[in-house]
Amino acid sequence: MKICEIEKHLGAKALTCLGLLDRDVTSACGSDMMSDVLAFVKDQAVLLTGLVNAQVVRTAMMMDMLCIVFVRNKKPTQEILDLAEENGIVIMTTDKRMYDACGILYSNGLNGADING
Amino acid sequence: MADVLKLHFDVDGDDFTSAGEASADVKKRLRLMGYDPEIIRRVSIAMYEGEINMVIHAGGGVADVSVYPDKIEIVLEDKGPGIPDIALAMSEGFSTAPDTVRSLGFGAGMGLPNMKRYTDELHIDSKVGEGTKVTMIVNT
Repeated sequence: MKICEIEKHLGAKALTCLGLLDRDVTSACGSDMMSDVLAFVKDQAVLLTGLVNAQVVRTAMMMDMLCIVFVRNKKPTQEILDLAEENGIVIMTTDKRMYDACGILYSNGLNGADING
Repeated sequence: MADVLKLHFDVDGDDFTSAGEASADVKKRLRLMGYDPEIIRRVSIAMYEGEINMVIHAGGGVADVSVYPDKIEIVLEDKGPGIPDIALAMSEGFSTAPDTVRSLGFGAGMGLPNMKRYTDELHIDSKVGEGTKVTMIVNT
């Protein structure tokens, strides 16, 4: 699924790296606990979260993720947006709740992936 | 040895926002040096968890990274409260972090287990009331 299709499916608004919306992603995960993302996620390019701070972007950077979706209409600060822009990570916001946002993407073919053991 | 790259970072304990800057810097350098992406991922995640731990628990510290021809060594040292029971601290899910830290997305008791998960060697030397030294090695 292309990142721009995620934006469309979720009625989201992309805020950073608008030139990268054509990139393909093959899996996603949803979590508010960055510790769990660092522990259990592998090869997942999209992070859906309701947590808004700079460490969400840093976690995505460490995990080589391409896109962060802030759910529940959470608004990232300019500092967060700048960090994402500098590091080539698309940030978007949606008013969907976590469960709904994950379900919409999953039902449109964007799967999770095996837990990293 | 001329072919050892050494990097030193001060990790600010008062600024949660900047935690991870050192790990991000190391990740960029290793990428420029042409390391395998999986090696880079393991090093950067393990170091990032260590950085976060130093900020959460110890008021910051210092990080030293040495890039040898056959391995990458990360040494994190702090003058925090120390770890009374290292075996307990290594258990997944055990955490002494306050709720304020959990609200920031960390403190789930996965830090040290993750550092062990992503490295080939993990050594922890800790004295209560004096501080903690964590040494991690990723073979390349």
